[in-house]
Amino acid sequence: MAIVELKNVAKNYGSQIKGASSSNAVDDFNLVTRDGEFVVLVGPSGCGKSTTMRMIAGLERNTEGEILIGGRDVSQVPPKERDIAMVFQSYALYPHMSVAENMAFSLRLKKRPAEEIKQKIDEAAQTLGIQHLLERKPRELSGGQRQRVALGRAIVRDPQVFLMDEPLSNLDAKLRVDMRAEIVKLHKRLNVTTFYVTHDQVEAMTMGERIVVMKDGKIQQIDTPINLYEFPANRFVAGFIGNPSMNFLPAKHVDGVASGDGYRLSLDAAHRATMASRGAVDVWAGIRPEHLRLSDADATNRIEGTVDVVETLGAVTMVQLSVGEHAVSAQLPGHRKVQLGDTLTLTCDSDKLHLFDSESELAIARESTAAPSAAEA
Amino acid sequence: MNSNRFTNGALGVLAWGVALLIFFPILWLLLTSFKTEQQAFTVVPNFFFSPTLESFKMALAQGSGYWHYAWNSALTAVASTVIGLALAVPAAYAMAFYPNKRTDFLLVWMVSTKFIPAVGVLIPIYLVYSAVGLLDNALGLTLLFTAMNLPIIVWMVYSYFRDIPKDIVEAADIDGASIMQTLFKVVLPLALPGLASTGLLALILAWNESFWSITMTDHRAATLAVYIASFKSAEGLFWAKMSAASVLAIAPIIVLGWFTQRQMVRGLTFGAVK
Repeated sequence: MAIVELKNVAKNYGSQIKGASSSNAVDDFNLVTRDGEFVVLVGPSGCGKSTTMRMIAGLERNTEGEILIGGRDVSQVPPKERDIAMVFQSYALYPHMSVAENMAFSLRLKKRPAEEIKQKIDEAAQTLGIQHLLERKPRELSGGQRQRVALGRAIVRDPQVFLMDEPLSNLDAKLRVDMRAEIVKLHKRLNVTTFYVTHDQVEAMTMGERIVVMKDGKIQQIDTPINLYEFPANRFVAGFIGNPSMNFLPAKHVDGVASGDGYRLSLDAAHRATMASRGAVDVWAGIRPEHLRLSDADATNRIEGTVDVVETLGAVTMVQLSVGEHAVSAQLPGHRKVQLGDTLTLTCDSDKLHLFDSESELAIARESTAAPSAAEA
Repeated sequence: MNSNRFTNGALGVLAWGVALLIFFPILWLLLTSFKTEQQAFTVVPNFFFSPTLESFKMALAQGSGYWHYAWNSALTAVASTVIGLALAVPAAYAMAFYPNKRTDFLLVWMVSTKFIPAVGVLIPIYLVYSAVGLLDNALGLTLLFTAMNLPIIVWMVYSYFRDIPKDIVEAADIDGASIMQTLFKVVLPLALPGLASTGLLALILAWNESFWSITMTDHRAATLAVYIASFKSAEGLFWAKMSAASVLAIAPIIVLGWFTQRQMVRGLTFGAVK
């Protein structure tokens, strides 16, 4: 267990790899974990999340800044001396060794006594329910079993930090949900500081105590799942977190009302307060599909459009509308009968509305509930 | 269905035809080795004759030196293969797992040295060898064979290493293994089939080599290639004896190839069918 600190960490592949761009793959990364925290790094592919994790592991050297594990600067320390364990997306089990040998490998290298090794393997195998597989080779195991062995290999080491690089991506959907819960349970039990990389925002939201959202090598926001959902710092985070993702409409703001072709949305008092100083400007209005509902044509907040796509999922019905030249999706109750080509009027509560600067795309916070990282010029 | 069968049949005949064409010189060599010199020298090909072991007796006779040459062939082939692998493994390891901007160029450059005709470097190498006393010397020949095969060995070992997922090497790194431990406990066991077939290929290439053996040795370090060439003497050509000697020279490698062909095929197609 340890606190992990990343101070102004950056990675530039420039001189290392042929054809690499000269810009930073990871830029100005700052983060301090709590002891035993579960931190998820999430973002689209190429956002630098895996690079960040590999820098913590020592598989890549950070070209700038400092990485501290338990207060010790490890920037120049090779992976094997960092006291970390890593679970790879491909599992990376040693194919020529049995499950037990795979788990024993690191302990044998440390020349631990045989009894201790056996005891640790038995403990880990029991925790993960793989006692009956110990003599098998990795190729004789299913994907889920390999995943467990990879976790077992990590936990027998009692490391200070766990690193997990998209460990569930190669599993089928159902198994992924099961393993998700299992990893969270395992973390609760072991209480080891864990970094978890994923591109799946659902995984991030369900597993992370704190989530680092990244894009183009830069941190977009670090916060708890619920804060990311309620107070996204910018348009990217707002669109990335939440499923289905948020609708964005370009709107003209005049006197507390944001409107455009086919929609008119009035701001709540707190939003009016911040917008008062900006006056008549262009903004992005963001509304989550789950906050939209059907209403009358004379509602204060209204979005009018024709139905393009209807997806009946049972519990809910997903509808996509053409509003002017924009697409808006809405999550309606499952019992609503909606036909293609219908003209619908939707509404939402003003306090569910998000506003973003049309230039910088940063969130325009409400006066009193400003999220800490939401920059407000 | 029917036309499919016909195509398969035609392809089968073609394959047998090509195989026979390739095999024919060896067959003829084998037949000639059991003939007398008179029979061997006839203009009209002669498939039916009463076989004699006379040529083999001559070729193996005391004073023919077969065992001396065979020993040199075996020694230089094995030694050059062992040294080659010992040098190639670390080189390939670095290039496969820690590539940099120049790795691709380096590989191509290394293999491109094989494009140079051997005659082109004969004079300088001969002069250097002569100056340092490596002419007609088993060590000198071993070094030449090693240098000759090294690019191919590095290239092959590199491609086998590349087939090992980098994650596995990184996992070993994180698990606390040193580079040597990673190499011996993880990478080499996984690349063993590939290493075996690379070693066999190097062995065969060195065993079969004739240009350098004939030019750089005289008797002391001479290999079977020199022995075979010696039958083309001033007194004339001795077809039957030369054939017998050739059969004796290629027999060990054919036997070795026969016993290891499964290993060879597995190694050579290792990456392709994984």
